[in-house]
Amino acid sequence: MTMEAAHRFPHKHLLSLEDLSRDDIGLVLSVAASLKEISTRSIKKVPTLRGKTVINLFFEPSTRTRLSFEIAAKRMSADTYNIAAATSSARKGESLVDTARNLAAMAPDVIVIRHACSGTPQLLTNHIDASVINAGDGAHEHPSQGLLDLMTVQEHKGRIAGLTVAIIGDIAHSRVAHSNIIGFTKMGARVRVAGPATLIPPGIARLGAQVCSTMHKAVDNADVVMALRIQTERQNESLVPSLREYARFFGISSRTIAAAKPDAIIMHPGPINRGVELDPALADGPRSVILEQVTNGVAVRMALLYLIMGGN
Amino acid sequence: MASPHPPLLLKNGRVIDPVSGTDKRCAILVADGRIAGTGKQFRASSLPAGARTIDLKGKWLCPGFIDMHVHLREPGEEYKETIASGARAAAAGGFTAVACMPNTRPVNDCATVTALILEQARHAPARVYPVGAISQGSRGEALAEYGELKKAGAVAVSDDGRPVTNGQLMRRALEYAGNFGLRIISHAEDLGLSGVGVMNEGDLSTRLGLRGIPRPAEDIMVYRDISLACYTRRPIHIAHVSTKETVALIRWAKANGCQVTAETAPHYFTLTEEAIGKYNTLAKMNPPLRTLEDVAAIKAGLADGTIDAIASDHAPHSPLEKEVEFDLAANGIIGLETAVPLALELVRAGVLTEARLVELFSVNPARILGVEGGTLAEGARADLTVIDPARKFVYTRDMVVSRSANTPFLGQTFHGKAVLTIVDGMITHSEL
Ligand SMILES: [Zn+2]
Repeated sequence: MTMEAAHRFPHKHLLSLEDLSRDDIGLVLSVAASLKEISTRSIKKVPTLRGKTVINLFFEPSTRTRLSFEIAAKRMSADTYNIAAATSSARKGESLVDTARNLAAMAPDVIVIRHACSGTPQLLTNHIDASVINAGDGAHEHPSQGLLDLMTVQEHKGRIAGLTVAIIGDIAHSRVAHSNIIGFTKMGARVRVAGPATLIPPGIARLGAQVCSTMHKAVDNADVVMALRIQTERQNESLVPSLREYARFFGISSRTIAAAKPDAIIMHPGPINRGVELDPALADGPRSVILEQVTNGVAVRMALLYLIMGGN
Repeated sequence: MASPHPPLLLKNGRVIDPVSGTDKRCAILVADGRIAGTGKQFRASSLPAGARTIDLKGKWLCPGFIDMHVHLREPGEEYKETIASGARAAAAGGFTAVACMPNTRPVNDCATVTALILEQARHAPARVYPVGAISQGSRGEALAEYGELKKAGAVAVSDDGRPVTNGQLMRRALEYAGNFGLRIISHAEDLGLSGVGVMNEGDLSTRLGLRGIPRPAEDIMVYRDISLACYTRRPIHIAHVSTKETVALIRWAKANGCQVTAETAPHYFTLTEEAIGKYNTLAKMNPPLRTLEDVAAIKAGLADGTIDAIASDHAPHSPLEKEVEFDLAANGIIGLETAVPLALELVRAGVLTEARLVELFSVNPARILGVEGGTLAEGARADLTVIDPARKFVYTRDMVVSRSANTPFLGQTFHGKAVLTIVDGMITHSEL
């Protein structure tokens, strides 16, 4: 496999999109685009990362992201091991630092970590030599999701610079929103956010997003409309009165989407609460690129593993 | 603690005694644990037998510094700190006395625990003034026995670490504490607003994806406490001021005749939330580090008398509580050994005069707690702090006297420190 990249990936870890330059992101996207073809072959495997060890360390339940990383690693011939919090010693009260030291003793090349506490991937890097990939930490970032969303938009629109991206919903608790705001603005798009004011955090404008007071203002003439998952817990925290009310006033329907560009695409990081944040007809309709996001997720994660394990 | 040890002649120092308005070079004679005399010169023949002379050229000789807000962790968490180790850290930091908060295990809400603390402190190198709990178990439900606490030796009451959520209970505490002359020390925090927050709420908390503690969480409770203090005509002391709004509220309350006093900690006039950097748990405290505007307001409050005292909020924790996920990390840092050097930075920067520094560390804490101290008058107890404003040092792990080393100031270079600490006329720490 040859990659004609003028730019070298200068990072040992992938903790946040904040750490990546425009060139870094461009490199990941171009490598992902060339690796995507492997997944369409009848034998979906290349030997590039043979002998490398990838540990998926998941402290939060996740099927999609964990599976996506696992498939990505296997298609590159790396050995993968999955540790879920439910089966690991983390449940027995072992501290993260102890877990890290134990894993370090087994000399993995990459640890993919998901954790409910923001900053945990950073903590892991302080205690382990392996590369660390953040697969979602608290409300901080989910950089590989941001990258796969960029890739999907790039494929559909042929560019990212100059586009208008509307992100709708629970911005405050969404690591996906944070990575996307950072990623899209870094690549030259305009990002607008809207949702219940209780779910728009202070300082989100500092990340580069324009806060809109209505759904219409956010979606108006947008090229991309992204819905975020609303967690049912938000009702108990008095952040939204009910999911019913949320669906009616903040869910994305064909009426909302009418304000967007005629060729606007609809995205969602999954899993979808159908009929709450997104009308099912739209999720399954022709403008939805939700399944392509999933496909691109594998390609982006193959690219990340490749670049981080020294491929250039 | 008074015991036979040689008289001391402390000469050539710059004697700073704000109560008498003294700021001049002179000598102080210490004998029998008391200040026996002050003068320009002491003739050798007038010195008591066996007197030891110490030359304090270039140093400041001040009434003993009192840290009115520390956590000594004993009883219950002796792996973090003990009364003995905490008192050693106090002496090393230039403090002759500390007031220890009641959030131990068990909580210091009764005479037995107060007596145990005082027993453990009997041979310690610093005076230890126990602070009793406002409510039984600091649960915020029922008043603790203030009469018993006072009799056993408590100097004030506080539910520090936890706010008193119920306004009625705070009102009753203020009223009832009046019977015993105990000051209420309020940890002002609206728990509903601070919620599961772990740092100041704002741009940075959003960027780091950490839950925020909004500034009103402090301000609202400070106002409630000021209001209750005015209403009951009782004094209240606000602990660890961290926001500019709180500074303004206290300034307003004082101007309106409320008996309110306040303290802040060195980290609130030195650091901002930016110290969290990449999730550094050594910058996690409650109240949280705020912003540059708050730091500026707190400095102004220290200078103009709005804030009465600097207290370290010394909060020892082991790596078990700090080398963990930011959300799970315990709040607080040790501060006994860095409080004076950090405050000296304000003197160097022209924010505080030397006399004001002594008021903040000695005169006012003594007055607020109602304990002896804060003066160099003849006959006063010989609790003394000597500062070398020119002593440059790097604070390293090896220097840490406390049993814990959870501080963001390791590796920092300081200009000035306490170099001699004297309690009851006895030297408890010296690095002259
Ligand atoms: Zn407190």
